[in-house]
Amino acid sequence: MSITEILFYAFSGVLLVSAIGVITARNPVHAALFLVFSFFNSAVLWILLEAEFLAIVLVLVYVGAVMVLFLFVVMMLDIKVAEVREGFTRYAPLGILIALIVVAEIGSVVYVKTLGQEVTPVTQVAAEAGYSNTGALGELLYTKYLYPFELAAVILLLAIVAAIVLTMRRRAGLKQQDVGAQVSVRAKDRIRVVKMPPVIEAGEKQS
Amino acid sequence: MEAVVTNFGMQAAAAEIFLLTAICVILLVDVFLDDSKRWVTYGLTMLTLAGCAFVTVNYAVDARVTAFDGMFIADPMGDVLKLFTYGTVAVSLLYSREYLQRNGLFRGEYFILALVAMLGVMVMVSAGSLLTVYLGVELLSLSLYAMVAFDRDSGVAAESAMKYFVLGAISSGALLYGFSMLYGVAGTLQLDELAVGVREVGASNIGLIFGLAFVIVGIAFKFGAVPFHMWVPDVYHGAPTPVTLFIGSAPKIASFILAIRVLAEGLDAMVASWQNMLIAISIASMIIGNVVAIAQTNLKRMLAYSTISHVGFILLGILAGTNDGYRAAMFYTLTYVIMAVGSFGMILLLSREGFEGDQLEDFKGLARKSPWFAAIMMMLMFSTAGVPPFVGFWAKIAVLGAVVNVGLSWLAAVAVLLSVVGAFYYLRVIKLMYFDEPSDTYNIEAGGTIRAVLSANGVAVLALGIFPSVLLDLCARVLP
Repeated sequence: MSITEILFYAFSGVLLVSAIGVITARNPVHAALFLVFSFFNSAVLWILLEAEFLAIVLVLVYVGAVMVLFLFVVMMLDIKVAEVREGFTRYAPLGILIALIVVAEIGSVVYVKTLGQEVTPVTQVAAEAGYSNTGALGELLYTKYLYPFELAAVILLLAIVAAIVLTMRRRAGLKQQDVGAQVSVRAKDRIRVVKMPPVIEAGEKQS
Repeated sequence: MEAVVTNFGMQAAAAEIFLLTAICVILLVDVFLDDSKRWVTYGLTMLTLAGCAFVTVNYAVDARVTAFDGMFIADPMGDVLKLFTYGTVAVSLLYSREYLQRNGLFRGEYFILALVAMLGVMVMVSAGSLLTVYLGVELLSLSLYAMVAFDRDSGVAAESAMKYFVLGAISSGALLYGFSMLYGVAGTLQLDELAVGVREVGASNIGLIFGLAFVIVGIAFKFGAVPFHMWVPDVYHGAPTPVTLFIGSAPKIASFILAIRVLAEGLDAMVASWQNMLIAISIASMIIGNVVAIAQTNLKRMLAYSTISHVGFILLGILAGTNDGYRAAMFYTLTYVIMAVGSFGMILLLSREGFEGDQLEDFKGLARKSPWFAAIMMMLMFSTAGVPPFVGFWAKIAVLGAVVNVGLSWLAAVAVLLSVVGAFYYLRVIKLMYFDEPSDTYNIEAGGTIRAVLSANGVAVLALGIFPSVLLDLCARVLP
């Protein structure tokens, strides 16, 4: 067993365990964290395949951005696990049906594969030293696909503008903090000391 | 690694590059302006439009030029359509200014969104690949969704923006799915290579037809053709009137070019397949558009159904599948845009503080209050209905001629019959203006700019009707 194979089995084993963790964890936050963990493990598998760019993107985009946002949402929402599980028996037949279909599909693919003659194993050709697939992707993006690439950037700019237009506005009756006013406030603005002459009832003087 | 230095033929896209740069500059300048100085943004937007026109004219091409590895096409037709787009955007912004100021919508982002939408139209006009077609579509639609919802205090606008967004996303999905099927069969996204690829595989390939059906769904949706028209009345009605005006004008040029680039250039070998699909869509659009418009009491809604019926006519020209037909469709699109801008401009002219002016009732007795603008509206309505000597008549003639030339006379007959039905609701507006008593005593309060531009717009409809050859020759020159 070469070191690559050992690494592959180790990381894909952990990947499978954490993937099972995603669906069995009772706490949604734990499930999300398991998902982050499985992303990390699959990123390592990409690196083993010499696809370092995809590995970095997977970590940066999915772990760094998507999952963090997801965790925020999960923590913000008050998800009652018991309520989610209530419908389990009701939806179980449908779930089992879908699972069976997926199993049948996987089986058919394997079956078709075995029908053919000898399955030629894909021998991995190691890329020559100094080859960078980040560089290769970048070269394509900035030459052949320069125009669509720039347009995609414009779409992102538009998305920012549109999102700000639609959400940033002053609503009537909205209560906001004005930090400047809070800092510069003085005691005399807050409390007004009023001198009032004591009022003494006529009957209280005696006794 | 050896660095390859090339400029990709970038000068072909000079107008797009100029516009994008200008958008970024305006975006930055606008941040430093307070509300009283918002006219600077407005002025810069107008300057940008003028600059775009200058750049386009300066870099105009005599024949087809490709750039960016075939992703970008510059051709005379594209140049003319772009110049028209600048014109309609400029006119619609001129009409909109007062309404926007009055309703607190005169904000920098409105102009940014309008310019980005225009960039989307330009990208589609110059698209040489299905990839750029799609990016143009998204650029245009995403800006339009935001513009429809721009008036955040209006519940109706938010609702129609939501409908537009959801349906638009589905249609973009359909378009993309169709593109992916075409790519799967023909093995290319490039439109010129696609045309070759389709011939190699054979036009009757089931995968191609499957993809084509989805592409047609996407195009019909962007056009607002029946049965994918559900969004049109709601969006036209719900959106603030300046946005309705905007949606009703420049994006129609985009839909036209979308159909031309994808169907006529990429899938020209499959004309037999898409001709039949478009015949069905076109007839259905003319029927639903003309008949349902009769029942409307809101002018914006009525014009929405009228748009649907006009889309049926534009599709008639495209489905002819000949250069003659494409020319006619282009002529129809351009004249329709001129008329639509004018009709929605009339609504903006009548609107005032706390009054929209978009009910048919509001036009009652307009001839007493303002004979000149009643005459302008009459010209616009006659032209839209297709009455000679206005330009709408020549547009209908051109399209019908193209359809008859390819042996579809029955289709032309159906189209004529349905446009007679349609004449009813245009004439009703004229009847309301000239033969009914005014229901209120308000006068038109609109300012000088909108009055002047609207007058020019109305006169253009008449002048182009008397000298249709100006525009017809232009279309003939760019689509030989």
